[in-house]
Amino acid sequence: MKFVDEFRNAKDVHTLSEAIKAKVTRPWKIMEICGGQTHAIVKFGLDTLLPQEVSLIHGPGCPVCVTPLESIDRAIAVAMEKDVIFCSFGDMVRVPGSSRDLLTAKAEGADVRIVYAPLDALKIAVDNPSKRVVFFSVGFETTAPATAMAVYQAREAGVRNFFLLAAHVLVPPAMRLILGSADNRIQGFLAAGHVCAVMGCTPYETIAREFNVPVVVTGFEPLDILRGIYLCVCQLEAGTCNVENEYARAVRLDGNILAQQMMAKVFKVIDRPWRGIGVIKQSGLGLADVYKDFDAERAFDVGGITAEESPACISGVVLQGIKRPHECPAFGLACTPQHPLGAPMVSSEGACAAYYQYRRGATV
Amino acid sequence: MTDFALSCPLPLKGHSRILLGHGSGGALTHELIETVFAPAFDNPLLRQAHDGAVAAMPKGRLAVTTDSYVVQPLFFPGGDIGHLAVYGSVNDLAMCGARPLYLTAAFIIEEGFETATLIRIVASMKAAAAACGVSIITGDTKVVDKGKADGLFINTTGIGVLEHDMVVAPSSVAAGDVVLLSGDIGRHGIAVMAAREGLSFETPVESDAAPLADTVAALIKNGVALHCLRDLTRGGLATALVEISRSSGFDIHVREQDAQVVPVVRGVCEILGLDPWYVANEGRFIAVVPEKDAAAALAILRQGPGGDQAAAIGNVAAVRRERVVMENILGTFRVVEMLPGQLLPRIC
Repeated sequence: MKFVDEFRNAKDVHTLSEAIKAKVTRPWKIMEICGGQTHAIVKFGLDTLLPQEVSLIHGPGCPVCVTPLESIDRAIAVAMEKDVIFCSFGDMVRVPGSSRDLLTAKAEGADVRIVYAPLDALKIAVDNPSKRVVFFSVGFETTAPATAMAVYQAREAGVRNFFLLAAHVLVPPAMRLILGSADNRIQGFLAAGHVCAVMGCTPYETIAREFNVPVVVTGFEPLDILRGIYLCVCQLEAGTCNVENEYARAVRLDGNILAQQMMAKVFKVIDRPWRGIGVIKQSGLGLADVYKDFDAERAFDVGGITAEESPACISGVVLQGIKRPHECPAFGLACTPQHPLGAPMVSSEGACAAYYQYRRGATV
Repeated sequence: MTDFALSCPLPLKGHSRILLGHGSGGALTHELIETVFAPAFDNPLLRQAHDGAVAAMPKGRLAVTTDSYVVQPLFFPGGDIGHLAVYGSVNDLAMCGARPLYLTAAFIIEEGFETATLIRIVASMKAAAAACGVSIITGDTKVVDKGKADGLFINTTGIGVLEHDMVVAPSSVAAGDVVLLSGDIGRHGIAVMAAREGLSFETPVESDAAPLADTVAALIKNGVALHCLRDLTRGGLATALVEISRSSGFDIHVREQDAQVVPVVRGVCEILGLDPWYVANEGRFIAVVPEKDAAAALAILRQGPGGDQAAAIGNVAAVRRERVVMENILGTFRVVEMLPGQLLPRIC
């Protein structure tokens, strides 16, 4: 398959792995931002192809994992309201809130539907004028443009029964939080290729300069990730701190301007809580004032719902790369994909689920 | 067999839709049985028209299995609920090493269901049963209120006979056995998902739904020592391997690249973030056989449904830690787990 097979070529992967080994002279800690990259690393065993000097730290880039508990509780409260069709991406429906998840709400009678795109939810709204259709919009800069387009089109078409429960978050503020922490161990970043396909490489220039870290925009296939690590290691060994683009087949320097314009039109940047981490200033997207009629938190009056995390879940420190999933006492015991305590065990991009799925009891 | 005009749109005296009365046990029920079910499934045991079917005991051990079919949509590329209801139970019997003999069929129909659709599905079951050489010998019909069922549910129970002394079960699995896969994986799950979600692809994906009993009979006839068989249904290849590993206690080592996936299924899985090893199948199975029989068994699998893609995909290891360990295309290893919950597409 084109654009897949050539980036999973075993010979090239091993050549690159040797090149990294030849380059490394001392220990380096590199964080891959995106949960998709984490899963590829663990699934393909890429970390086992690295010299022991190179440690990969798994970052907070799993949109499901960082969506705060209270957002899920609000989602469930909205879904349980009369005459509501609640639309969500598939990953989100199994994430536990304080007392249950959206699938349980569905079993209790809520009309919860899995959609593949925000525009599908808008179509459901058009097709069901007597219902209030709510889309649970989570994710980073990758999913935000499509959500923005759905709200934009709803307003243009005068659709009044479509609402957004917005929980979008932004990557750069999270990187700044990690780098600014007293516990920070990260020396280089693999930036999330798909986020950069939308936003471009420039948002990372100031981070690289300010914190003296190399940032390599990286794709998701094995060869992409190893090339990203190679470029990052080269910079670390040479002592440079530049933004490099490994994923040039998908990422332009300026990103996708049309997508950025749509986001700027529909959203405004706001403070947002991250699950397990807390409120990060200017780290989220909420609906701009012009679009406030589409805001589900206003329409359903659920903005006041708050929630407390399970004390057993250490997802906050896992998401910041301070601990690895299997260092959690609940890992694989009290917390499994069937009965998750925290979101990283649920999502296909969560670091805990990756370790559970591919690594449990693994010594071949 | 009576003449049964499948093209007849309204055999139920002008009832184009199923009414609650068709499940009442009264005159309408009899009319439904006599005009729709009995002519399609006709055979001497069914013709007894009794509370149950009475058949002679065959020589050998009996195998019994039951399964309910709730697939949505009812029709999908490559099959429909009727095919599945027959093949599913027939395949479960085959996986026990049995020759399928009889099926029962119970229908739970939602009030208002189109009679013509029911007739189409019953015709599928008739054709599928004929292809498998099984008779549908007794049945049941219930009609529930509108909104209390999703159109149509079918339950079938299968009865088969084992005409050999092998114990075809995880307990027979031994270190050194070879794991054979009967064809390419993932087509049924993707075909149904595409039909359900309205996804369309340049190359259409057809379900792999197929009967497996003839292939299993050929394995037995040719003297292959069958240690364990398992058809790949929900949960896919990965789940079937994990089940066998856990039940037998042995580690199973598999090679990812040896399980074939057709390009369109691979493409859809890449886009939706699904792993084809977890996608459902309805006409594929794995056979665990001793190494000495592996080549002969593989040659037989190649004659069966999807057999041009049949392959040896791994071995039973001498380690008893109940793990499935996969060597992937890069030569690295990972542990294969069961599917947690539903198969859900990823966000980005």
